This record gives sequence, structure tokens and C-alpha cells, in this order.
Amino acid sequence: MSAPVTSIPTSNGSKKRTQTEPAAVRWLLISIALVFLTLFLALPLFAVFTQAFEKGLTVHLEALKEPDTLSSIKLTLITAAVTVPLNLFFGVTAAWAIAKFSFPGKNLLITLIDLPFSVSPVISGLIYVLIFGLQGWLGPWLQAHDIRIVFAVPGIILATIFVTFPFVARELIPLMEAQGKEEEEAALVLGASGLQTFFRVTLPNVKWGIIYGVILCNARAMGEFGAVSVVSGHIRGMTNTVPLHVEILYNEYNYTAAFAVASLLAFLALITLAVKTVAEWKVRQQLDNN
Amino acid sequence: MRLFKRQNNVLPGFGLTLGFTIFYLSVIVLIPLSALVFRTSGLTWGEFVTTVTAPRVLASYKVTFGSAMIAALINSVFGVLVAWVLVRYRFPGRRIVDALVDLPFALPTAVAGITLATIYSPNGWVGRFLEPHGIKVAFTPVGIVLAMTFIGLPFVVRTVQPVIEEIEIELEEAASCLGANRWQTLQLVIFPMLLPSILTGFALSFARAVGEYGSIIFIAGNMPMVSEITPLLIITKLEQFDYRGATAIACVMLLTSFSMLLVINLLQKWSRRYAD
Amino acid sequence: MGIEIENIHKQFGAFSALGDVSLSIPSGELVALLGPSGCGKTTLLRIIAGLETPDSGRILFNGEDTTRSHVRERRVGFVFQHYALFRHMTVFDNVAFGLNVRPRQTRPSKEEISEKVMKLLRLVQLENMASRYPSQLSGGQRQRIALARALAVEPQVLLLDEPFGALDAQVRAELRRWLRRLHDEIHVTSVFVTHDQEEALEVADRIVVMNRGKIEQAGTPDEVYEQPATAFVLNFLGNVNLFHGRKSQRQTQQGGQPADANVSGGVDDTQAVAYVRSHDIEIERSRQDATALKAEIRHIQKLGPAVRVTLAIEESGEFLEAELTRDVYQNLGLQQGEQVFVRPRQVRVFVEDYQI
Repeated sequence: MSAPVTSIPTSNGSKKRTQTEPAAVRWLLISIALVFLTLFLALPLFAVFTQAFEKGLTVHLEALKEPDTLSSIKLTLITAAVTVPLNLFFGVTAAWAIAKFSFPGKNLLITLIDLPFSVSPVISGLIYVLIFGLQGWLGPWLQAHDIRIVFAVPGIILATIFVTFPFVARELIPLMEAQGKEEEEAALVLGASGLQTFFRVTLPNVKWGIIYGVILCNARAMGEFGAVSVVSGHIRGMTNTVPLHVEILYNEYNYTAAFAVASLLAFLALITLAVKTVAEWKVRQQLDNN
Repeated sequence: MRLFKRQNNVLPGFGLTLGFTIFYLSVIVLIPLSALVFRTSGLTWGEFVTTVTAPRVLASYKVTFGSAMIAALINSVFGVLVAWVLVRYRFPGRRIVDALVDLPFALPTAVAGITLATIYSPNGWVGRFLEPHGIKVAFTPVGIVLAMTFIGLPFVVRTVQPVIEEIEIELEEAASCLGANRWQTLQLVIFPMLLPSILTGFALSFARAVGEYGSIIFIAGNMPMVSEITPLLIITKLEQFDYRGATAIACVMLLTSFSMLLVINLLQKWSRRYAD
Repeated sequence: MGIEIENIHKQFGAFSALGDVSLSIPSGELVALLGPSGCGKTTLLRIIAGLETPDSGRILFNGEDTTRSHVRERRVGFVFQHYALFRHMTVFDNVAFGLNVRPRQTRPSKEEISEKVMKLLRLVQLENMASRYPSQLSGGQRQRIALARALAVEPQVLLLDEPFGALDAQVRAELRRWLRRLHDEIHVTSVFVTHDQEEALEVADRIVVMNRGKIEQAGTPDEVYEQPATAFVLNFLGNVNLFHGRKSQRQTQQGGQPADANVSGGVDDTQAVAYVRSHDIEIERSRQDATALKAEIRHIQKLGPAVRVTLAIEESGEFLEAELTRDVYQNLGLQQGEQVFVRPRQVRVFVEDYQI
């Protein structure tokens, strides 16, 4: 009565493989892969930080304390603070409808939810210009009422919502599908209400999936460049997000400042990767416990 | 809703959640995207064709799709290798490398762009070794391929990796019991199983590269007819207040994206054809 | 509490899962729904629970129509096939769940809940597992926790979907006996679904044999075993041998009623099939009477306490399987290839085109 009796084989990794390539081939392949990854991934990452601190910590901090930089950081934080909760709410809602129920047109709906991923970021920005811009559908009306959407903060937020739209949903849908609805049914049989079932049974089971989706959604929301670039209008200190500010500094040949600001985003990327790795591991664990 | 009959399901909230899903999807994605199509329909067919087949536009297609194709090919080869090495072999630092593969997903494209441009510029860390051999990367089409390879790599790795993980040991053992050598097993058993996912990864990587903007513009040089990508051309037209031109070209891009999406969905269906 | 099931229909697309099923379950009984997979037994169980809605028909609990009432209001205990334990909760929290989600007015105090949960854990003999998580338990332990969780809400009916399906043979037999004892203790009306005839025969007060969305027979274990109403029931409960259109048997039964062996009277020969259970076949060294048939032993297989003998009947070339106890087998001293005589003790004839 001590050790758990049943253990579910989790992944093939736990089993010993007898079938493999000769050691020399193995190490050759590993080396090629590592050289490729170093050249393409590790080197750029390393370069960001090196360039950022090239002229020392003081210069680095000076660049970050610049008012335009601070205002771009503020705008990026606002954008993420609006975008992420909205898409999180949407993702959970969509996943509940799609994963726990069956209805005609389900696959089409999933494809449509994924659509923003296959649209070029430039087009993601353009469509809002076409609707809200001066020459757009609602342009004249908006101007008459003195409402600015394009080349202003609302446009930036809209474009960001569009490009980060699928993140939470596409992570949660397969996860909730894999977990089935037996536990929810069990909760209902035991007398739980719909909301009790969701908060006490469903949510804890997909917790790490949500974290995974949110962290990726956030990374993209803070880092989006193309779509935001189209709708922002590049007004310094007003409609510049951090990535746009990096572009301006770089184009002004102010490399140290550009990389200093870029290093903030790179640091965010590293945190994202770390949380993502943990979340992935947890999700896997949760599914294996099934 | 009569269409969905009575749900044979005791879980609550179907109408509400599906309703909100469709509403939000329409407001954020479907209506704005349809705006693009409607705006294009304001052009006559002749105007449309002239706009999207102008020499500068054609050149941009060539640069964009050509580079994306090369980048996707490079990624297919190295992506499969990386996935294989990560799943099958044990070496120090494997987990970190595994996490690092997603860097292009997580690193903002503008950061990737300025960094790649700096490293591969003639006096950059890598560029200075290539320069004496007459190889120019930054500010040439080669730079475009480089940036596209960077952003497309995770797509191949992450599509192929789970498929390799799921290959049962028994399959390889069966093959070798039946007298196949390692190379035959790889060629006849493993590769056919991986092929659909490799093609899917290729298509995903290609689709992403075609639409990419941020990481490319810093390294491309952006010379019209030579190294100008289509997304940049759309922005240029927009900045010149040529909304019609921008919309028409965007429409072509969008149609390409949708066909790619269709191809990817078909590929994924095909890859599941032996599934239970 | 008694359950009345009246004319239940259930359709899944083109597939008719249940067709006009009516059944009455008396209060306090332990009833088995027995049948092959896809026969509709789980669907029926889920309809009783309120997890599925029937297309037509009614479910009455103690004479009261519950067909339209929500699963929450039915006060049923449901044990899922794969237990559906909440993975992120401890054993204690799993069992306490049904009490914790009650509205504040009717929710027992923390102490009462704790007391009740521990009492239930003692009942299922797992009181020292309270702080474990489901993933740390064995299959049999999870099963018992699922049962304790279902009982915590004091259900009027206990419903179990393939309760022993996912367990290995030994644990299964043990839990079977334990469930029977538990039912004798608490006497709550219980329905369980199984495809294992042995399980149904051993545990249930009544067995409902189902096939293709219909009830073939409902009765006590003795009734369904001794007087099978249809060929399907006979086949499903034990190994049987078939004789096609044969007339040589003397003592036969038709539809449970003794009838003359010469079934040709009123019955088309080609449709009549005679069935003999393999342990109802006697093997003799010499011909005792005219009902015995000459046969050759083709194969002998020892299965623990029993011995299975495959015979070929000389007259027709048909193959027969007889099951003997080891004693009988040793007394006869049978050898492969020997000529013997076989005599069916009990033959049943059904007039239908049922195919195994």
C-alpha cells in the first residue's frame, strides 16, 4: 500500500532504445544541429545583449530613461493590458464551446479562429486603416465626431488584438478536448452548478494551458511590429510602442540606444521561453495523468 | 437555434459561449478582413490586374516567394535534423536547446531584424568573415532568406518533433527483425511516417515567411526590383496614400495565404489518414 | 427507490442506440445491464442518470417523472468507467466535492463534511489515503474512491458504468465480492453496466440482457441462465454448441418450455437451431441409449480445473466442444483420436436466424 501501483507509460523517452545510429553518426548529427542553432538562434540572442551593454551600464540605463522610451514602454504595457485579458476571455469561451460540445461547422470555426496567424501582419494593420482611416468606411463619420482610431492608441490595440487573437484559444481547444467531459459530468452529477463546475473542475485542469497561451499572447502583443507599424502613424512619444521605438532609434543610427531598448524585449522573450517551457512540461504531465 | 437542435449534453453554457465566440470572431477578424475584399471590388478588373502585375510588384513577388521557398527548404532540412537530434539523442544542454528553438516565436521581429542586420553586416560578427570571400548577406536578397529562415525554423521543428516522439520503438524493432538495416529502416519506415509533417512544416514556414515584415526590412536593403518584399510594397503604397494599390496587392497576398491555409489543412488531413 | 423506464428511444444520427426500451427496477435491488459493446446499455444508464436525454419515453423515480429534470436535481450517484476523479484534488477533496458545492443554506459544516468523508473512506477501506492524489492510487483504489464520492451525496440511485472494466482479473474478482457486500449493507437501488456475464451472474439480483438497443430478457441470474428467452441470451451466458436442423435429440426446450425433440412439427427445419452448453455434454465410453452420438476426440485442452474436449461427430462431421471437470476427465481416461459417445444433457431449440 505504499507505491502507486498503476503507472502510465508517459513518453517514449522513458523506454530504453536499442535501435539507434552508430555513435559517430550520432555525434555528427548533434554537432551539425548545434552549429546551425548557434549560428541562427544563440548568436543573435547573445548579440542583442552584447550590443546593448557595449558602452557600459550607465549609457544603457540613460537610453532607457529617455522620456520617449518611457512613453513607448507605457503604451506597450497598456496595449498588452487590454489585449491579453480580452483574448484570454475569448479563448476560454471559444474552447468551452468547441471542446465540450459538438455542432456542425466546428472545423470551419477552428480554421477561422486560426486565420489571423496566416495573414501577413502588414495586412492585419491595413484592414483597420481601411475601416477607420480617413479614406475608410467609418473615416468621415469618425472625423465628424472627432474620434481617432487609426494613428492613435485604439488602432494599435485593435491591430494587436487581431494578431494575438488565436493564441489562448488554439492552446486550450486541443487540451480541453483531450481531457474530455467526464470530470465535468461527474461534478454535475454531484450537484455542482455550471459555474462551480467550470471554476472548480475545468479551470484547474487547464491552468497551465492558459498560462502557456497567455504568455505567448503577451509576448506577441508586446513585440508586434508590422501590424502596429501600419496603424500607428509613428508619432514619437504618442503612438510609439517599444518595437516601433527600436526601429526609430536604429534608423537614426543610435545603435546603442536601439539595442538597449531591444534588450528589454529580448529579456521578455527569455522569460517567455522559460515560462513556456515550464507550462509545456506541466501540461504534458497533466495529460499523462489522464 | 434550430440549426443545432437540442444539445445532447448536460454541460451548460453552449449557446452563450458559442454566441460570444462568433460575435468576437466577426468583429475582430471576419468583418475587417472582408473590408479588404470589398475595397478591392471597388476597382475594375482591368485596374486590378494592372496594379498587381506592375513590374515593381511582380519583382516583389519574385523576391518574396522565391526567398520564402528557399528559406522553407533550408528549414525543412535543418528543422528535421534538429527535431530528430532533440528527440532521439541525449547530450548536455538538450533541454535548453529545446527551449531555445522557440526563440523566433518569442523574440519580437524588430529585435530579430536589427540583430541579424548587425551580425551579418560587412563589419559584423559573421559578416566580416564572409565579406573577404565576396559573400554579401546584409542588404541583399540573401539577407531576406536569412531572416525568413530565422522566423520559420520553429514551425518545422515543432511540427515534426511530436511525430518523431510518437513513433513506436516496436516499429523500428520490427523492421530490424525483418532484416532491414538502419538506413533501410530510416528510409522505408521512418521517413514515410515523417513526410506529411515535414510537408506541413514546410508549408507553415513558407506561409509565415511570405507574410513576414519586421525582421526582414532591416536586413533587406529594400531596393525596388531587387530586394523589396511585397509587404513592404504595401506599406510604401499606403504611405503614398495609394490605398487602391495597397488594397489590391494585399488582396493578392491574402488569397495566397488562404490557399496556403487550405494546403496546410489538406496536408494535416492527409497526415492523419492512417490514424484510428 | 424504484425506477420505471418507459418506452425509451434514443437515436445517434442514423444509429438507433435504444429502441423502445421499457424496464422496471424495484427498490433496493442491484441490477446488471448486460450485453456486448454497442448494445445500448451505457446509453440507457446515462439516460437514467440524466447525462443524456431520450428522444422519447419517460424515466420515473418512485412514480415521479424525472425525464426533464436536470442531472443535478436527480440525486443519483454515478461511477464513471474511468472513474473521472478530479485529478487536481486529493482523495478527501474528491469525496467532499458533492457536499462542498451545495448552496450555503444546505451545506454541512466543515466538521460534518470531514466526519462524513472519513466515514465513507472507512467504508471503502481507504481512510489512510485521504491526502493522496488520484494519480498516486491503484486502479482498484481509484474505483473505490469514485464509489465513495458518489455515495457522499446520499444518492437515491447508484449507477455504475463498467465498474470493473479497467481492472485486472484478480482485483476485479475481489472488488466484485466487495461491491456485493457493500450493497447488502447500504441497500441503495443500484444499476451497473457490464459486458462480463460472469460478473453479472455473481453480483446482481437481477440481470437485464441487452442486444442492439433492445432488452432480450430481464430476470434473476437463475432465470436468465436456466431459462434463456432467446438464442442471444443463451449464447451470451456461456459457451454453446450449435446443431443446425438436427432432429435426433429427445429432451429439448423451446423458448424455455420443454418441447418434443422432433421440432419439425410446425417448425421449418432449416430455421431451427439447437443449442447445447458445452458443460451439458456428457462423454461416454459406450452407447447408453439412442440419444448418444458417435464422435471422435480431436483435441484435448486443459484449462485449470476444467478440461475442454473438441469432438467431431461421425454422422455429420460437425465439431462439438465439451467441458468436463478434471475428475470426470481422469476417470474416463480420454485420449486424442479415440472414439466415444456424446450425449447432450439439455438441448434448447430456438426458431430464429440468430448468428453467432
